[in-house]
Amino acid sequence: MDRDVALLEACGRRAFLRGVGALAALTVLPSHAADIPVRIGLTPVFLDDQMGFLSQWRRWLEVKLGRTVVFVQRGSYREIMDLLRAGKLDFAWVCGYPYVRHRQELKLVAVPLWRGEPCYQSYFIVPADDPRTGTLAELRGKVFAYSDPDSNSGYLYPRYLLTTQGENPDNFFSRSFFTWAHRKVVEAVGIALADGGAVDGYVWETLAELHPDLTRATRVIERSPPLAYPPFVARSDIPAVELAGFRGVLLDMAADPEGMDLLLRLDGFIPGKSELFDEIARMAARVRNP
Amino acid sequence: MRTLADLSLRWKIPLRVVAAVLGTALAVTVALVARDYDIVRQNLEGHARSMGRVLAHTLVMPVLHDDIWRAYEILQSAHEPNPAAPELQALVVLVTDADYRVFVSTRPRAFPIGTSAAAPGGAYGLLRAELSRGSPADQRILEPGDSPLFFIMTPLIADGIALGHVILAYARPALLPRFLGQVGRAAWVTLVVLLILLPVSWVWARRTAQPLLRLAGAMKQIPLELEAARLADLPRSDDEIGQLGEAFRRMVAEMQVKPEMERQMLSSERLAAIGRLTAGIAHEINNPLTGMLTAINTFQRHGGDPQRTERTLSLLQRGLTQIRNTVSALLVEAKVEDRFFAPEDIDDLVILVEAEAHAQAVRIVVDGRIAEPVPLPATLLRQIVLNLLLNAVAAGEGGTVRLNAYTSPQQLMLAVFNDGAHIEQRDMAYLFEPFATGRETGHGLGLWIVYQITRQLNGEIAVESEPGATTFTIEIPYGKS
Repeated sequence: MDRDVALLEACGRRAFLRGVGALAALTVLPSHAADIPVRIGLTPVFLDDQMGFLSQWRRWLEVKLGRTVVFVQRGSYREIMDLLRAGKLDFAWVCGYPYVRHRQELKLVAVPLWRGEPCYQSYFIVPADDPRTGTLAELRGKVFAYSDPDSNSGYLYPRYLLTTQGENPDNFFSRSFFTWAHRKVVEAVGIALADGGAVDGYVWETLAELHPDLTRATRVIERSPPLAYPPFVARSDIPAVELAGFRGVLLDMAADPEGMDLLLRLDGFIPGKSELFDEIARMAARVRNP
Repeated sequence: MRTLADLSLRWKIPLRVVAAVLGTALAVTVALVARDYDIVRQNLEGHARSMGRVLAHTLVMPVLHDDIWRAYEILQSAHEPNPAAPELQALVVLVTDADYRVFVSTRPRAFPIGTSAAAPGGAYGLLRAELSRGSPADQRILEPGDSPLFFIMTPLIADGIALGHVILAYARPALLPRFLGQVGRAAWVTLVVLLILLPVSWVWARRTAQPLLRLAGAMKQIPLELEAARLADLPRSDDEIGQLGEAFRRMVAEMQVKPEMERQMLSSERLAAIGRLTAGIAHEINNPLTGMLTAINTFQRHGGDPQRTERTLSLLQRGLTQIRNTVSALLVEAKVEDRFFAPEDIDDLVILVEAEAHAQAVRIVVDGRIAEPVPLPATLLRQIVLNLLLNAVAAGEGGTVRLNAYTSPQQLMLAVFNDGAHIEQRDMAYLFEPFATGRETGHGLGLWIVYQITRQLNGEIAVESEPGATTFTIEIPYGKS
């Protein structure tokens, strides 16, 4: 909590500075616009399927960065990770799980704050018309929906939990499938295509506000302990100036009224530390070597 | 009860127009519904078949990769409602694996992943049996008889291997709502048409019926108010109604003059009857006169011994009595009491016609005669026989006339034969009509009188005539009164 208060104070101070910076950025925009654009990879760790929101955010970032911004979206986390590691992207918003597997190749840019913490939870959900199921363990032999094989909340955590319970996650369910997005896990469970699913708690909560009809069809049966929030990362060879510039824009988002709107219920970004993700690394290791 | 046939034309015509419009509307509606149903059905089938093929093609990869969600999203896109043609939306899209287990469906609750697609039962159970029949590579349309659904089953084929099937279930196009919709539309159109046609047909009916109604009204005035009927305002046109009116006017005019004509006809009829009567009497007086004059002539020539005198006077007396009786027949009140027909009358009759027979060189033979008087009026029988003998004499120049008179019980039989000219067949029908004569000198009254008298005496007359043999036979009953 102390950190949060300090952060808020820092935000207030930085907001003023960013205001000045934004003005400066506006004036230099034309000359920079001809530059190579900033390529930012996006994954369904947040609601990346809202095109109106994305174009608004992109314009905002362009103004803040003074550069053209290109958002790159792919069907899975892995494709974004591959592009990032190949240097085809400058930054990407990825999940903690792929981050911990490739941390030595990446640079941590910023970690979002969700309800004041750089953490979120994994939710296990079942169809709302299933009143009995209370734990993941009760879904044995059922159909289960994962979001993405590179998702922490939507794949690693449920498998980790099953592993710690002495189950083999590969044959615990009769069938499992990937929806390649958290939101679609909610949909798949809502229509009972799957008997259960694992979903990013932030996504579920946000959907509960924006599209309550989707979440109302599901019921949360278990919540994970707080896990490090999917971070913004940069390719390893990103120039320090660019890294610092982009990090600065993200960190100041909460202080900007328009940026605040674009945070989609997040409270802002903090620089974060790689150690935040050690717990995820430990879970990954446990699942790999049960 | 008034039937439709009794209704006035002014109602009938609009009613028929309504019936015609309704009948046409009904027929057109039925035809449209049938056609519409066909088109819908064909559209649906075509749409379903192509949808099945596209899905089968698209789903190969997700099925091969076990990508249930991708497959579900593809099904969803195929399953999207189409407000313009709601019947084109599949009720269920089902993807089964090679063992007819559900891979994915648009209704996960009804068809959970991994369960048998036959589990919901009904038609879905039948489909499984159907899958084992026929070529596995063919798209099939199945319509289980007792199911409201029909199915398009398209095999999912990857590299020649059947991975499973895409099954699209559609509701059969519902005939009733479609029919009701069409009927509703038709009803509106019909209503509009009727709203236009009814006043038109009403006016039309009045125009058509008016002359007929006037005609009917005028006809009701017949026969009591002919003048009013004649003055009635009837249609004057050249069509059938006009012709009817014209004929009616003509008829009324003729009916008006009819009583006068009838009176005239009656009068001339009377005159003709008087004429006939007079001619008949003259004829009947004339007949014996000739014979009597001949008898007088003979008496004068040969002088008279008392016997001849007596005979001649007796003959004259009977001849004159016949004339008197004939004349007295006219005088209804002064009926003369006639005597019975006696054997002497036969002799008289032969004498009376002798002169004529001489003139014609005809021989008269009496084959039979009655033995005693017969209780029948002598004058009338003499008239009959005299007429028949004179006719026979006139017919048979140089021949023989035979007279036979005899009685059978209660009946007098008279037969007059001649071997002269016979009566032609065509004349037979008119033989007993007055003034119907076969001879130039005849009046055509003789046989008519014979016929009248015979009928008066309740007798019968028969004629047989062939070349060389003509016989008149008369039977008159007596004694029965």
